[in-house]
Amino acid sequence: MTGADAMVKCLEEEGVKTVFGYPGVAICPFFNSILQTKIKRVLVRTEQNAAHAASGYARSLNTVGVCVATSGPGATNLITGIATAYADSIPLICITGQVETTLLGSDVFQEADITGAAESFVKYSYLIKDVNDIPRIFKEAFHIASTGRKGPVLIDVPMDIQNAMIQRFKYPQEVSLRTYKPTIKGHAVQIKKVFKELSRAKRPIICAGGGVILSGAKELLKDFSHKYGIPVVSTMMGIGVMPTNDPYYFGMVGNNGKAYANRAMNESDLLIMIGARVADRAVSQPDLITENKVLIHIDVDPCEIGKNVGPHIPLVGDISAIFEDFKNHDITVDYRLWNETLNRYKDEYVVNRDINADYPDPAEIVSKLSEEMDFNAIYVADVGQNQMWSCNYHIVKNGIFLTSGGMGTMGYSIPAAMGARIGSNRQVVAVCGDGSFQMSMMELATIKQHDIPVKIVIFNNGYLGLVREYQDKAYKGKYSMVDLTGSPDYSKIAAAYDIPYMKITSPEGIRKKIRAFLKDDKTAILECSIDPFCFAK
Amino acid sequence: MKRLYYVLVENRSGVLMKVAGLFSRRCFNIDSLAVGETDDPNVASITIVSSGDATTLEQIEKQLNKKIDVIKIKTFKESESISRELVLIKVKYNKNNRKELMDICEILHAEIVDISKTLMTIQLCATPDKIALLMQMLASIPVVEVARTGTLALQKCHLDQ
Repeated sequence: MTGADAMVKCLEEEGVKTVFGYPGVAICPFFNSILQTKIKRVLVRTEQNAAHAASGYARSLNTVGVCVATSGPGATNLITGIATAYADSIPLICITGQVETTLLGSDVFQEADITGAAESFVKYSYLIKDVNDIPRIFKEAFHIASTGRKGPVLIDVPMDIQNAMIQRFKYPQEVSLRTYKPTIKGHAVQIKKVFKELSRAKRPIICAGGGVILSGAKELLKDFSHKYGIPVVSTMMGIGVMPTNDPYYFGMVGNNGKAYANRAMNESDLLIMIGARVADRAVSQPDLITENKVLIHIDVDPCEIGKNVGPHIPLVGDISAIFEDFKNHDITVDYRLWNETLNRYKDEYVVNRDINADYPDPAEIVSKLSEEMDFNAIYVADVGQNQMWSCNYHIVKNGIFLTSGGMGTMGYSIPAAMGARIGSNRQVVAVCGDGSFQMSMMELATIKQHDIPVKIVIFNNGYLGLVREYQDKAYKGKYSMVDLTGSPDYSKIAAAYDIPYMKITSPEGIRKKIRAFLKDDKTAILECSIDPFCFAK
Repeated sequence: MKRLYYVLVENRSGVLMKVAGLFSRRCFNIDSLAVGETDDPNVASITIVSSGDATTLEQIEKQLNKKIDVIKIKTFKESESISRELVLIKVKYNKNNRKELMDICEILHAEIVDISKTLMTIQLCATPDKIALLMQMLASIPVVEVARTGTLALQKCHLDQ
């Protein structure tokens, strides 16, 4: 058995069903060996999108995504995708081919020090120098990627190692890593303190982040919130922790979030942050947040606790395990008055947006789109104004909301939607702007080649809208580098790939067009010509 | 505030880069750094002296702990440590300053380890403070070259240990 055969066997042992990748000579032994297996191979059109697709796949199934690229430029092209996954703690295994061991460091053709280059974006990385290490390293890599605070792990495999014969293949049952033991169970004393604070509090609130979803704790959170009547707000990565219309859910916080969600957080006397980083976009002044309230911070990564704000009660552990432990406690509390107040804030909230009546309103399109989408559909938002409209107007029923939150990587939605569709087989809708669409539109070929039915919505305003909006405020409307003149005719792009195309150009008949767009389970593009000067809020 | 981190790591290639990279990426200071093998050839020790506010110093420890190649960290203040540095200083001498140089060396327990007609090399193994003092004392003497290790440190033994 060769090293390449062993790599493939490891993937089978880990139950990998799909890999996303792009070949090159240095990874050819692997792509040759994979032919003997049933693992689905998806050829993307640029390596970055292999990582994004693996991310969408991983998030749709709560599993580990796998992407594979060659040495040199193949590997460096992966980096943005790896960094995007790292920022949102998405478990990925990124396999790269490498030049022969004896040539390492001599700058031969297509050599790049990828483990060095990707160091600050990976949870861990390996450069395999002995073929017999392959089973152990793959076992460890999957373990590291999928436990504790999840994240991407890179495995760089020189070509001679892929071709070398392995003495005996035995996939380890367990890993032995003396230095890696993530805390799963929360500390009992700290958990007791949580309940003590809850019984004292009059206005508690939970702020849920992406960690809740990654830990598979959505249902547990909902049960906990409902049991005691604790209102919940979320960060952008936390969207989908609860259905949008849940009586205890009060929307997304932050600069781009709902005013009543921020007000709820500010007026609370007990804030429980769960699986959230207290990042700048969610909490703009972290030092002020603890002024008039008790802060409990629950996270699997001890580094996040106290990084941006010092909590009164830190609680480290896996969120699911902690919620399970919460079930062993019982207190009597009454937060009805607080919930009434928050509901009043929500009812009183008026959207104060300038809407140009000549154009279709993107907010209306997003909400009607989500109303018409399947109950368990997956909505993938890109980055830019489209993301702001998506966060604020998408109605989560029982589906999943995906976006690049931490890194804000444009072009994420289409490849991630491909991965999510292959993984989940649910209805998947990617929503992007004309800028982000053009960053990933080469993937329409991948969609055609592998017959991946995804629905793609393009908000076309001819601008890099969110940057233009920033220049509007910061530079008094002096625009620079944001005009997308020269963009193609999207109907022709769709026709070139033989993909059905629809267009919304006026505020009338939006629902009808969306219904036609979603009517079958086939790929389609819906272009929405929106006001070139509309704002995200 | 100054803090010493005695970090035991897996003795593999690339680990020092990962640890040093963490400091630069997160804008943590490195005042000094010293690396060496321990009694176990699979384990290396990295002694780092860093400075910053309390939150930063705590983050450094947490972030180091998160690195998978880091086995163990001991963090202590300078006052809780036995710390040493080694310095080699090559100076130009002549008959006028020769006596003065020798006096300084004697007072500070520094050794003259090499000598030629016009040059001598002084060695001092001492606490970072004492090394700084020697450097100050030599301010008026033409220094040719200086080589200095980073601080090495171990936590002080407790009397009842």
